[in-house]
Amino acid sequence: MRMHGFLYRWAVFLGAVVVWELVTRAAQSPFFPPPTEIVDAAVQKWFSGPAESLFLTEEVHQDLFASMGRLAAGWLLAVVLGVGVGALLGRWSNAMDYCGPLLAFLRATPAPVLIPVFLVLLGISTQMQISVIVFGVIWPILLNTVDGVRSVDQIKVDTARAFRIPRGQWVFGVVLPAALPKIFAGLRVSLSLSLVLMVVSELVGSTNGIGYRLMYDQRQFDLPDMWAGIVLLGVLGYVLNTVLLAVERRALNWQQTSPAERKG
Amino acid sequence: MLTVSGLGHRYGGKTGHLAIEDLSFTVRTGELACIVGPSGCGKSTMLRCISGLITPTTGEVHLQGEQVEGVPADLAVVFQDYSRSLFPWLSVRSNVEFPLRNRGLGKAERRERAEQALESVGLAGAGKKYPWQLSGGMQQRVAIARALACRPALLLMDEPFASVDAQTRFELEDLLLRARKQFDSTVLLVTHDIDESIYLADRVLVLSKSPASVIADLPVPLGDDRDQITTRQSETFIQLRSEVAKLLQVRSAQPAES
Repeated sequence: MRMHGFLYRWAVFLGAVVVWELVTRAAQSPFFPPPTEIVDAAVQKWFSGPAESLFLTEEVHQDLFASMGRLAAGWLLAVVLGVGVGALLGRWSNAMDYCGPLLAFLRATPAPVLIPVFLVLLGISTQMQISVIVFGVIWPILLNTVDGVRSVDQIKVDTARAFRIPRGQWVFGVVLPAALPKIFAGLRVSLSLSLVLMVVSELVGSTNGIGYRLMYDQRQFDLPDMWAGIVLLGVLGYVLNTVLLAVERRALNWQQTSPAERKG
Repeated sequence: MLTVSGLGHRYGGKTGHLAIEDLSFTVRTGELACIVGPSGCGKSTMLRCISGLITPTTGEVHLQGEQVEGVPADLAVVFQDYSRSLFPWLSVRSNVEFPLRNRGLGKAERRERAEQALESVGLAGAGKKYPWQLSGGMQQRVAIARALACRPALLLMDEPFASVDAQTRFELEDLLLRARKQFDSTVLLVTHDIDESIYLADRVLVLSKSPASVIADLPVPLGDDRDQITTRQSETFIQLRSEVAKLLQVRSAQPAES
């Protein structure tokens, strides 16, 4: 039964891949290699290494791990700063009256456009890439945290006050858990955006990484390799999002509303 | 135990809405007093003033001899909306233990108090469940257990059974009477249900319509052992009920006092 569901869900995707293969084979364009060639190139690039390192090539270490490291550092930093500052702004009741317009402006500024600014400030370096990621993705996290923290419902406020719950327990035991659904929404948006910013910042300001490799392969007209990189990014985005969704589902499993929806 | 003198509250400055005016009454230790009044008369405002959640614009509240400024320590409140008052991310037991965390009790003692409170409301085995897994009546029982676990000197209840169905309401009323006997609590319960107020109370305080003031203070000589069927059929009950109903009716027919 499980295989059955799996096949159903992936049937359309597999169908699309088949169509892609047929169309590219028919077109015979060097710019659009068929999927089978891309897979070949991918295996060559990443999985043809020595047995001691699980068949992974040097390139995997250089590019993939470097990129993932930057992504993780940037995103996690944005999460810590975004939730921290967002919680503070949300608790201080008039803060958003003053900060709202500034934050809206900063959020609207597309981060890729600011890469030249960061390049001047920090040069071609890991700090530059991480800064770009943090600057780009902190806004959805921050604004969602503010929203979540401010919308704790009044009855919970009254309950906590009536039982004289001290501030620390109130913030960490009530406000943050109550705000978690909105915070997670911000996290999901920011994660996909992080991936984009990581690649973009590497296209122009890096000496290694997936984005850098993509640019390099394109300039060398190594198009199957380039496409392998593109596919890799798609896979990464999907995997990251799925993992975050699973974490969210586990953290928010108290959100069910009716016993009727519960199984068993 | 509780003395309310000249309590009044006006919302929003000098020209705002006057919710309650010149409320004065006392509640003795160990009593279960019910306050009954028409909808919108200011019962909730009164309860929030007594619990210290808002500071009244006139008058004073004294709890065990001390004036109430801010929420006093020896108090517990049960709200009408149980589904939003409980914390859905905590288990039932954690919900009941939550207010106990910073009262200088060890972990074992907190656990024991929570278990005892849950047992007294008939939810002995439900500690590990989550609020979303419980029915409305059970959720309100958890809220009551949470209040009882604090061993408050005064238990305030704001229309606690208004959001449950009629049959569950009868169960919860009897549960309250039993728990109150077990913990020897003093209870002040606000309700709009006349029958409920007489069934539960040792004394019934009748409020006028807005701005509310106490128009009658009736003792309820129904004894300690009450039963949903026989008590509600007794002469005393029927008499009291019609008296309260008349008071509430008469008040609303009179022109508003300036």
